[in-house]
Amino acid sequence: MNLKAYKDVITRPLLDENPITLQILGICSALAVTNNLTVTMVMCVAVISVISFSNLFISLIRNYIPSSIRIIVQMTIIASLVIVVDELLKAYDYETSKKLSVFVGLIITNCIVMGRAEAFAMKEKPLLSFLDGLGNGLGYSLILIGVATIRELFGAGTLFGYEILPLVSNGGWYMGNNLLLLPPSSFIIIGLFIWFIRSIKPSQIEIDDFELSDHSTSPDLSKRELNV
Amino acid sequence: MNDSIIKTIGVAFAICLVCSLIVSSAAVSLRDLQKENKLNDRRIKILKVADIYKSEQPIAEQFKQLESKFIDFNTGKVFDEYQNLNIDEYDQIAVTKDPNLSIKIDASEDIAIIKNRENIGKIYLLRDNKKNIDKIILPIRGYGLWGTLYGYISLEEDFNTVSGIEFYEHKETPGLGAEVDNPKWKSSWKGKKIYQNDQVALKVIKGKVEMDDNQASYKIDGLSGATITSRGVSNMVEYWFGESGYSMLLKELDYES
Repeated sequence: MNLKAYKDVITRPLLDENPITLQILGICSALAVTNNLTVTMVMCVAVISVISFSNLFISLIRNYIPSSIRIIVQMTIIASLVIVVDELLKAYDYETSKKLSVFVGLIITNCIVMGRAEAFAMKEKPLLSFLDGLGNGLGYSLILIGVATIRELFGAGTLFGYEILPLVSNGGWYMGNNLLLLPPSSFIIIGLFIWFIRSIKPSQIEIDDFELSDHSTSPDLSKRELNV
Repeated sequence: MNDSIIKTIGVAFAICLVCSLIVSSAAVSLRDLQKENKLNDRRIKILKVADIYKSEQPIAEQFKQLESKFIDFNTGKVFDEYQNLNIDEYDQIAVTKDPNLSIKIDASEDIAIIKNRENIGKIYLLRDNKKNIDKIILPIRGYGLWGTLYGYISLEEDFNTVSGIEFYEHKETPGLGAEVDNPKWKSSWKGKKIYQNDQVALKVIKGKVEMDDNQASYKIDGLSGATITSRGVSNMVEYWFGESGYSMLLKELDYES
């Protein structure tokens, strides 16, 4: 195993194999926690540490996990890590943990964590798995921070809570876009990100499973199925 | 090899044991810190509503400027001690689940939709140098659009002029109802009056308060796009300063001073 392999597992998930934009995983939390950059950053740190350490621990015991209960063993490890992270947040950053509320707990259900454990950590060595988790966590964070920057700046006129565009309601000139403060806006922003990344990296474009037939106003009756 | 029943059970047991140890030790070792955070969070709101919060000083120290008191909602009397309750730990929201310590509000009177009201409340007093009451801080709560808003309102020494308002918990929509946390809107409460001719007159209106309105000191700008939250806040004020809320207490205090 050379140095390049280590570098690869960290850098590939950033753009080429980004868990959100290529695999479309972990969308739920990307919707919920991206209306404020501070909150998003804390969430990113939480997710990065959970993925990295769950990969590390699962990889350490990968040769002892019976395949019949491997999923539940992975879940137990992930869930324990999430609870520890949640407790730490409540103890050391109460303000943010209040804003994140249930979404820290929901890291357990983040498909990226489980996906990396099952697809990577069950086969590879501990250090490599740890770095793979780190890379995927960073890839996830990259998209989240992008979404949060757009949402907070144009929705609330602030970044990290500091006023950048003074809002009309606070006596300024900027009319905040309230759609951006609501979760559905992340869907649109992530969609635009996916479009952007796939147009500069066409290899990420998936082949259609089937072709749409032409729409016609006069249906071809010869192909009609009869239910008699 | 790995899939024998003995090994499967053994691995499952070992994993559970290790994980439960880690989780429980994290929970136990961090419990005190978390409890303090929760308490401080509430205290900061109380200090802010009294307008004496200084971020650089220890919160517990600052909080000593305030006097905590029990109040009996049925008589409007204030107590330093009540039965065997510990005033620092008394949770008036929690006791509303106990029918012995709270009353069910009749639906026709329950304008703020709080369902049960505690018999014994907890309020805070800020005194000036001459030991006279300078500010009184009262907890309020009521239903908005998505859930109950919990907060504090403080009054000046005339027990009628609002000094400040803060919410410490709510579920309102960000950018719309959640603007109850907007510092500019909160500061618009300062100097407004609650009672006019012994009736609760203060209201959050729809739209902006006109400058030349002679009732302006009884009106607060509505939150745009958040009619229901604004109405909820109005109802909250009307309920808590009404007969079954603090009006008896405020009259009592007024009489004393």
